[in-house]
Amino acid sequence: MCDQTFLAITFGPCDSCSENRPLMNLYIKTEPINYCSLCMEIMACQGLASGETLKSLKAESETLRKKLEEERKKLHDVELEKVAEKAEALGELNMKTRRTLKGHGNKVLCMDWCKDKRRIVSSSQDGKVIVWDAFTTNKEHAVTMPTTWVMACAYAPSGCAIACGGLDNKCSVYPLSLDKDENLAAKKKSVAMHTNYLSGCTFTNSDMQILTSSGDGTSALWDVESGQLLQSFHGHSADVLTLDLAPSETGNTFVSGGSDKKANVWDLRSGQNVQSFDTHDSDINCVKYYPSGDAFASASDDSTCRLFDLRADREVSIYSKDSIMFGAASVDFSLSGRLLFAGYNDYTINVWDVLKGTRVAILFGHENRVSSLRVSPDGTAFCSGSWDNTLRVRQEGRGVGRELKQGGTTLYG
Amino acid sequence: MERVIVAMQDPDMGMKMRNQRLLITVIPHAMTGNDVIEWLIQKYNITEEEARHLGGLLVQYGYIYPLREPRSLLLRSDDSPYRFQTPYFWTSSRWPATELDYAIYLAKKNIRKQGELVDYEKENYSILHKRINHTWDFVVMQAREQLRASKQRRKADRIVLECQEQAYWLINKPCVNMPLYYHYTTLGRNRVKSSICLESFMKYSEQYLHHDPIMSGCLPSNPWISDDTSHWTINTDMVGIPTRLRVERWSFSFMELLNDSMGRREFMIYLEKEFSAENLCFWVACEDLRHGESSKIILKVEEVYKNFLAPGAARWVNIDSKTMERTLEGIKRPHRFIMDDAQMHIYFLMKKDSYPRNLTSRTPTLAIVPQETKKSVFPFMRRQRHSSPSPAMVTQATEDDGKAKGAGPTGTSSTTNSQI
Repeated sequence: MCDQTFLAITFGPCDSCSENRPLMNLYIKTEPINYCSLCMEIMACQGLASGETLKSLKAESETLRKKLEEERKKLHDVELEKVAEKAEALGELNMKTRRTLKGHGNKVLCMDWCKDKRRIVSSSQDGKVIVWDAFTTNKEHAVTMPTTWVMACAYAPSGCAIACGGLDNKCSVYPLSLDKDENLAAKKKSVAMHTNYLSGCTFTNSDMQILTSSGDGTSALWDVESGQLLQSFHGHSADVLTLDLAPSETGNTFVSGGSDKKANVWDLRSGQNVQSFDTHDSDINCVKYYPSGDAFASASDDSTCRLFDLRADREVSIYSKDSIMFGAASVDFSLSGRLLFAGYNDYTINVWDVLKGTRVAILFGHENRVSSLRVSPDGTAFCSGSWDNTLRVRQEGRGVGRELKQGGTTLYG
Repeated sequence: MERVIVAMQDPDMGMKMRNQRLLITVIPHAMTGNDVIEWLIQKYNITEEEARHLGGLLVQYGYIYPLREPRSLLLRSDDSPYRFQTPYFWTSSRWPATELDYAIYLAKKNIRKQGELVDYEKENYSILHKRINHTWDFVVMQAREQLRASKQRRKADRIVLECQEQAYWLINKPCVNMPLYYHYTTLGRNRVKSSICLESFMKYSEQYLHHDPIMSGCLPSNPWISDDTSHWTINTDMVGIPTRLRVERWSFSFMELLNDSMGRREFMIYLEKEFSAENLCFWVACEDLRHGESSKIILKVEEVYKNFLAPGAARWVNIDSKTMERTLEGIKRPHRFIMDDAQMHIYFLMKKDSYPRNLTSRTPTLAIVPQETKKSVFPFMRRQRHSSPSPAMVTQATEDDGKAKGAGPTGTSSTTNSQI
């Protein structure tokens, strides 16, 4: 056999504690010895200063944590509600369904807008990914993925490709062909490979790089052309469920939320976790940046949405109501950041006043969970995808003569 | 997976090993990527695509590692040499990759050759140094001992060992993020008072209030309500005259100006008058480098150096000497983010200097304020909803997508769509 170049004992009795364990080959004063990992750690720690033990290090960690909380509190001199008192109150919001996109055979899991403000890509449980012109409600492209539960999809900034993935643990990029008859699946490009399901994907500022989040607890940055892993981000202790890229000037960070109830902010270049927020009581299903990039909102299974400020390094607002008992699956801001749209598992969409913290409207219409929600790039409307197999594009309805009743009537909250 | 590997190494039915050349040393017992794929196809009777996929997985999980370009964990179907990873380093063996081992590995690398550590390795090294500082003497001692022992091996063996280790650590990087270190850094972070942060939200919402179609409507009408796409047509990238709202947004922040292609063009014209256009050109070139194809990175870095940084360059940009020095040093090992420091310097230069002056001194841009569309007299008339060309087509064609204009009310057009 080839690599028996060096005989290395990998398992057996440890030279120090004589227990049968996986062994490591060490050199002490030029003598090769075999220690198990525990004995090696103990030996290494003999350099510990007197009084220091692993226990004391843990205690140090706790006191630091408390100190951190104190520092954060010191700078918290006012609540958002107080500051928002002088803001103008919002009038009634009347959002009507303007388009209903029917065509998926099963639950719609994810959707994304194209930069041209009218096209949408959506993916569903049955493995179909459809590109719609939402304005005319025509289907433009359809791809059948070789996997079910396509949980993530994204439109490329140029509008020339889409990315999607799910239970296949991969993220694939499909260039959108102009020839309608051409089989899109033939041009498919596998970009990302994770060891568990893909929960979210997004293109960074160009078509050339993709950021993915996965159930294996990591997020990763990939080069589309070569499929190479450019950077990986470790730090969540459970599945990463969502991510969002920052609209900041330097464009170098993104936030991810996971089943470990934490929302982490990462630096794209170094892979470091630069900030962390853990005030949620349950899985974080969706995170979205505030338009200025100074804050982000999160939606969680604990039925609340929260706003976290990055400069103050704390949670600044909670959007919740006793009557809302179901988890929130998706959030997005309106263009000015004044409104927060959130889709819930009780089939409704709640619209919150970001500054005052109050609910402005509650929208009905879907017949099953709202799984994903996005405001269009120019803010003219927002689209919600649901487990009832449809997507709805909604916009304000101000006294236009058309009042045709249908399933999608809106009520005021 | 290991069954496959063992079968591959079977002396009779397994793969043909050869002595492969790596630079000048001959490496025994190596095979080419092509061999791997061919053997898989033959043995398991599968297609080439499947063999490539399976082979790729073997590399990703660390059972086979490439000798050239060890960082790229891909299986190339050409004559690039590969080797089997020794069972010592197999992922399945219950050997936990502890931080201690990783620290020893990094220390060895550092001692062996200064500057050998890559960016993320350097950071991991310093994090580990802080965290397990109490064991550092041991780490360095072990690193030295292991290096010394390896010196006593043949050169070929040494290279093999190094490659094996490197491949192992590429895959099994332990997570170097623990509470203690994290808390130290976060305590030291600059935090801003809540009142200031929250005021900024107020200001932002107020500033953008009229630009938010959901809050304030949009002119001439919201396309989703009226089925008239004029709002989109008058706001396309390169329309003749921009709308007033659009021009107003350019004054909100430098980023808004740069993000709008029309705003960028106007700004460029202004800079040309001020003889500082090379700054914007440099910024654009750096963005292209950051977000472009990986294969073109080296080429782009050279271009940027030639055009903007070389002494006597046609469009030399004025960066401070420290940043310039750092950038020039970094160009020797070009990567995607090498121009970041310089780019940021120029960005803030433009933001603090040229941008404000442009705002104040600029003659007002010609802009239109669209009329609000009068509501239809006959509420049940519906406009034809025209489709627009796919963005994929637009990027190829030179003509504008100005086709999506709504026609006038054309009689009762009952639609096939089911809504409203």
